[in-house]
Formats: sequence, structure tokens, C-alpha cells
Amino acid sequence: MRSRRLVPYFLLGPGLIWLVLFFVVPMYFMGRLSLESGSLQTGFEFSWEWSNYSDALTEYDQQFVRSFIYAGVATILALLIAYPLAYMIAFRGGRWKNVLLFAVVAPFFTTYLIRTLAWQTILSDEGAVVDVMKTVGLVADDGRVLDTAGSVIAGLTYNFLPFMILPIYASLERIDLSLIEAAKDLYASASTTFRKVTLPLTAPGIVAGTLLTFIPAAGDYINADFLGSQNQSMIGNVIQSKYLIVRDYPGAAALSFVLLAIILALVLTYIKFAGSEALMGDEAEDTA
Amino acid sequence: MSRAWAWLRRNAIVIFGGLAIAYMLIPIAVIAVFSFNDPEGRFNFNWSGFTVDYWKDPFAIDELNDAMITSLELAALTTLAATALGTLIALALVRYQFFGRRTANFLIVIPMATPEVVIGASLLSMFLLYGVSPGFNTLFIAHVMFEISFVVIVVRSRLIGFDRSIEEAARDLGAGPFTTFRLVTLPLIAPGIVAAALLAFALSIDDFVISNFNSGTTVTFPLYIFGAAQRGIPVEVNVIAMGFTVWQQRRAERMAAVQPDPEPA
Repeated sequence: MRSRRLVPYFLLGPGLIWLVLFFVVPMYFMGRLSLESGSLQTGFEFSWEWSNYSDALTEYDQQFVRSFIYAGVATILALLIAYPLAYMIAFRGGRWKNVLLFAVVAPFFTTYLIRTLAWQTILSDEGAVVDVMKTVGLVADDGRVLDTAGSVIAGLTYNFLPFMILPIYASLERIDLSLIEAAKDLYASASTTFRKVTLPLTAPGIVAGTLLTFIPAAGDYINADFLGSQNQSMIGNVIQSKYLIVRDYPGAAALSFVLLAIILALVLTYIKFAGSEALMGDEAEDTA
Repeated sequence: MSRAWAWLRRNAIVIFGGLAIAYMLIPIAVIAVFSFNDPEGRFNFNWSGFTVDYWKDPFAIDELNDAMITSLELAALTTLAATALGTLIALALVRYQFFGRRTANFLIVIPMATPEVVIGASLLSMFLLYGVSPGFNTLFIAHVMFEISFVVIVVRSRLIGFDRSIEEAARDLGAGPFTTFRLVTLPLIAPGIVAAALLAFALSIDDFVISNFNSGTTVTFPLYIFGAAQRGIPVEVNVIAMGFTVWQQRRAERMAAVQPDPEPA
């Protein structure tokens, strides 16, 4: 009987040890690194150098603000595109449902970097899209689409769109259609039914989708790198270049921690407002 | 006029959905079209003539081939490790009540809520402080780490809908716990494990950010593309990307055909 109690720990052990050693412990080392002082030439030394944090915030406040604005706008745009699309597939898809779902996940099957480079080609200065926009007057004759906030946000929206569509689609599929019929029987108009029945039932999907889009978008640096210029660089770009090019490790580590802290704070606030059932949903399911 | 308006109103969502699908597929179409381009300079940006040369021999660049092989090896090895570790965790979480369950759940979800750039940076910090020089081994460690959580989620959803009376029947018929697991449990959850492995493989082969931090001089397929982006992407990349897209799509289709509905709602 005693040994049976240990079974779950034997099953969990190897995997959880891996996560502790290579996810939790590295966070400790990054924390240590963020409090070191020195330079690449003289070597780094641990010295409780809290100024790395204040420097990170004062020097790169612009990139921080930009990252969260870009990620926020991209998340809202993705939601506006994903919800009607998921709704269409779930309720109007008919026998095309599977084909449509495959079309939605198709971008997943093409390498992330190549997809982003394809947008670089599409939005390039001599491309057809820019030509049309110039003729219509959306872009000035000497204007560009690449290297603007718009192109970076468009890239972020595109790249993380499937993460928004799939959870919303899953929650729409799960709706018991008799609830919608009941609302109609009770003389609710189409829009009231949507507002009072469909939307609340899909809230978990919306919460999951927005988190799955916002978190990676806020830390991304590929879209800003390929579709933007210096003026669009996000905090991910700063962290990447400080770690891998400039090799200012303490500064980069401090920036990573600030990024993580802000994201966690935003996510927790958001979950508090959106209701925690959304995330605890599957927890309830597996105890049932 | 009012009839046309009514039709438009009724089908607005279908029209919108169609446009959204087109938007999602445009870049893939562009990649496909430019795999037949015959660029004049190093940059494959402007259309300058049709050719099938690159489709005839997509493996003409040694560097690119090496990167592909590295990526495939890395994905295969890390998938094996992560699928084994993740499946065991999923079994423990669904089958047993034990002290520390919430902590275990938290530890599995939190890496998925952390931006990749932070995961990559923290691993590199540790390797730097230990004096480990990054390379294939550090990539292996990192990939297994981020794949585990996804494996757990997928296998767990399969285990939740599992009818345990079948196992009890096997026990009643005299099968020991290991025989029951091997002959009854494993075959039944196999589709979930295969789905998890496919996801882990796809995540590994497409990972750029975490690999960017922990690769040292090792070059994977996405890292090759990142390096090549500055000096012009060779057309071969488009051909390989298209081949890869079709291959993954067919794998997924076969999966969908094999896998029955995991749980009736």
C-alpha cells in the first residue's frame, strides 16, 4: 500500500525534474546575472547591481511601451478577424468544415520565418499591394508600407491568428444548440441571443485565445526585424541584441525580468477581470 | 434592392470568413509562386521569369542541407524524450490524487505562459554562468523542456475520456498491472500519444527564438533562414518550405482520419 502512494511521484519525477532544472533554475541564474556589474572585457561580477533595472526601464521605456501597444492592437485585430471566421466555420461550414479548418491551420505548417518573409515580399516597395494603395491614396506617392508600425502589427496579427481562431472555434463547437433555440423560443432577437447566450458561452475561448496571442506577440522580435526598422524595434529585439550581439548580459537579463513581470501582471489582472473559470475550466473537467 | 440587401446581410459572415481564409493563405501562395521564380540577383523579391530548375534540384546548397539534417535530428530526438516524459506526467495527473498536484499543474502551464525570448534568455544565462558552450546539446535540453508541457496537455485530454472498466476487466481476467498497461491502456491512448509526438516534432522543427539563444554555432533550418535573410534567401528555401507544408498537412490529415472523436461532448 505504501509503495502505491509513491507511484504518481515516480511517473511525474523525470519530467518535472527536467522542468525544474531547465525552466525554474535558469530563472534563478538569470536573476543573478541581472544583478552583476562589469563588462565583457573586464568580466562580470555579482554585486547587487540594482541600477541594471532602473537603467533598463529608463533607457528602453519606448521599446517597452511599443511592444505592449503593438501586441495589444494585434490581439484586438486578431480577435476581430478570428471570431466571425470561427463562427462561420462552426455554424455555416457544413460539409466544408474540415477543409476550412485545414486552411486555418495551414500557416502553422509553413515555417514561421518564411511566412514573415513572404509578407516582406508582399508589402515590398515595388509590390502590387503598395501600388494599389498608392493609386487609391491610402499611401503617399513616396510612402512605404514596410518599416512602419502598420506592417509590424500586420505581421504580428497574421502570425498569431491561428492561436486565436482555434480556442474560439473549440468553444463555439461545444455550445449546446438547444440553448440558442431556447433563446429564440423566448423571443430573443438574433443579436440578443448572440450577446446573452453565444458570447458568454465562448468567453473561455476568447480568454485563452487572447492570452495565446498577446504573450508571444509582446515578446516577439522577428516581425519587427523583418517588417520594421529601428523605429519599430520592440523589447524582444533589444533583449536579443544585448544577449547575442552586444553581450551586455546583466542589462539583457534585467530587461527579460522586467518583461516577464509586466506580462505576468497584465495576465493576472486580465484573468481577474475575465473570470478565472475560463482557465480553470479544464481543471474542473479532470476532477469530474 | 431590398432582397439583395437581405441576402448580403444573411451571408455577410460567410463573405467575411472567405476573405479571412484568403488572407491566411496569401503568404503560402506567394511562397509557392516564388519557388518557380528565376531571380536575377541574390534577392527573390521580384518576379523575373518562370523556371522549374529549383524544383528539380532543391538540395543544391550544402549549408541548407546540413541545417535541415540538424533540424530533423534534433526534432526526432527531442520528440522521443519529451513524449515519454510528458506521457508519464499526464498519467500521474489524470490517474492519481496526490500531494503537490496543483504545483505540478502550475509547473506545466507556466512555461507556456512565458514569452519564448525570456525562456531562451534564462537558459542561456544558466549556460553562461556554468561555462557551458551552447551547441546541439543545449538545443536538445531547451527543446525537450518546451515540448513537455504541450505533450502533457494533449495526452491528458485523451486520458480524461478513458473508460477504466476495460482495465478492470483485464485485471479480472488475471492480467498483471504491467500486462494491462501494455495490452490495454497503451493501445487505447496511442492516438493521443502520436498526436502529442507530432505536435512536439512540429514545434521543435519550427522553433526559432529559443534556438537563436542556445545554438552556439549549430545551425538549424530556421536559424539558417534567419542568417540568409540578410544576404538574400535562395529559391531552394521556398521549394523546401512548400514540400514541408504539404508533408505536414498530409500528416495532419491522416491523423484526423485515424483519430476518432476523443470525447463525446
